[in-house]
Amino acid sequence: STMEIYLDLVSPPCRAVYLFAEALKIPYAFKKVELSAGQQYTEEFGKLSVVRKVPVLKDGSFVLTESTAILQYLVQKCSVADHWFPAELQQRARVDEYLSWQHLNLRSHCSKVFLLRTLYPFVMGSEAPKDKMDAAVEDMKQSLDLLEEKFLQDKPFIVGNKISVADVVAMVEIMQPLGAGVDALDGRPKLTAWRDRVKKELGVKLVDQAHEALLDSSGLQQKMQNNTELQKLKPMFLKYFR
Amino acid sequence: MVVELYLDLFSQPCRSVFIFAKKNNIPFEFKKVSLMDGEHFGDEFGKINKIRKVPALRDGDFCLAESVAIMLYLAEKFQTPDRWFPADLRLRSRVNEYLSWQHMAIRMHGSKMFWMRLMIPKIMGIDVPKEKMDGALEDLNASLTLIEENFLQDRPFIVGDQMSLADLVAIVEIMQPLGAGLDMFEGRPKLSAWRDRVQASIGKDLFDEAHQGILGAQDAMKQVDPSKLELFKPKILRLFF
Repeated sequence: STMEIYLDLVSPPCRAVYLFAEALKIPYAFKKVELSAGQQYTEEFGKLSVVRKVPVLKDGSFVLTESTAILQYLVQKCSVADHWFPAELQQRARVDEYLSWQHLNLRSHCSKVFLLRTLYPFVMGSEAPKDKMDAAVEDMKQSLDLLEEKFLQDKPFIVGNKISVADVVAMVEIMQPLGAGVDALDGRPKLTAWRDRVKKELGVKLVDQAHEALLDSSGLQQKMQNNTELQKLKPMFLKYFR
Repeated sequence: MVVELYLDLFSQPCRSVFIFAKKNNIPFEFKKVSLMDGEHFGDEFGKINKIRKVPALRDGDFCLAESVAIMLYLAEKFQTPDRWFPADLRLRSRVNEYLSWQHMAIRMHGSKMFWMRLMIPKIMGIDVPKEKMDGALEDLNASLTLIEENFLQDRPFIVGDQMSLADLVAIVEIMQPLGAGLDMFEGRPKLSAWRDRVQASIGKDLFDEAHQGILGAQDAMKQVDPSKLELFKPKILRLFF
C-alpha cells in the first residue's frame, strides 16, 4: 500500500517534505490538511496524531510526525543519493547540527514574522504593533546572519559542494516571511545566490509551485475569516501573541 | 588528541552530553564554560562556537554545536551500543521524532519555568506577573502530558524497552524546573516511574553528579551579586516581556 503524507503547503516543514519527496520521485499519496480551516483540530485528525501538527507520514500502520524525522525516514527507506544525508561522520554532523539549531532559531523567527502579519489580525482584531514586528524582524535578522556566517560561509551548500536535507529545510523557512510581504533575503546577495542554487537542484518550477499557497495570503485571510470553527480556536492562539 | 566538551551543567543539553559521554566511557576533556560569568560571550569560546551556546565539541580541528548533533557524532565515532540510536528504521525514526519535537516543547517550556521562577526575580528584581507564570505552567503541563500520552504511552522507555537518546534528552529537561523548586514529577506517577527507570539505567551516581549543580541553583543564586547578571537583561526582555 502507498505511503500517505499529510500536508498543508502553507507550512514550511510540509514544503520541505513535499519538495524532497517530489524531487526524488518518491511514491506517496498527498493528503491535504487545511490549517486555515483548523482541520488539524478535528476528531479525525486527532486519531492520526494527537500532537495535531503537520506534516504527518503514514506508512501502513506506522505513523510518524516531525518533518526532520520524516525526511530521515524517507532517506533511509528509499536509499537516496548519499549527499542528501551524508554517511561521512563530519558531514553528517553538519546536517544534524543545522537540523537541531533551526527549530528555535530560523524556523521560529521566520514563522513569527509570518504569523504576526497573517494570524495576529485574525486573533487580536488589529494589526500587530510595530514594536512587536520590529522585534520579530530583528530576531530573524540574527538567525539569517548565523545562517550566512556560520552554516553556509563560503560553501555552495550548508555541508559543502552538494545539497543536503539541511538546505531544503532552511530554504522553505526563509521563504515563509514572503507570505507576509517581507523578503528576508532583501540585501543579502550571498543567501539569495544560495537559495537560487537550492531551487535549481530541486527544480525551479517545483519550488515555485510549492510556494503558491503561501504567496496567496489574501486567500488565506479570507479562508480564516469565513471559518466558524477556526473562530472558536482564537483563545488558543491568543497565548502565542500575548 | 582527546575530544573537548565545552559544558556548563546548569544547562540541560550539557547534562545530556555529559551523561552520554560518561556512561559510554568516552574519553573527553571537560572544558567548563560558566554561563553565569558570561564566558560564552568571550573571544575564546566564540572561536569554538559562533552560536555562543553550550554544549560545544572540539575534536582536533572539528568544532560542533548542538547537543543532539554532538551525541550523534560521539555515538557514531565511538560505536556506542545500538539502543542509544537504533539502526532499525522505525525505532530510529521514533528517536528522531522525539529529538525534533522536544525543542519547541518541553525544552522551551521547562527552561521558561526555570527562568521565570529563579533567574528573572534575581536579575530583574521583580516577580513575573501571575498570569504569565500560570500560562507558562500550563504550557509545561501540556508538554508533559504529551510525553506521557504520546511518546511514552505504555512503554518502559520512549522507544522500545531500553533507554535511548530520547529518554536522556527528555529527563534533563524535566529536571530543570526542580532547580527552581518545582517538581514536575509530583502528581504524575507514570512519569515518575519512567524517571526511576531512566535513573537506574544511567546509574544513580552519574545522574546525581550531572544534576548536583542545577539542584543547588537556588542556593547558588542567593550568593550571586545581581549586578553580575546584567548581561542577561536584554535576553530576558526579548524573550519574556
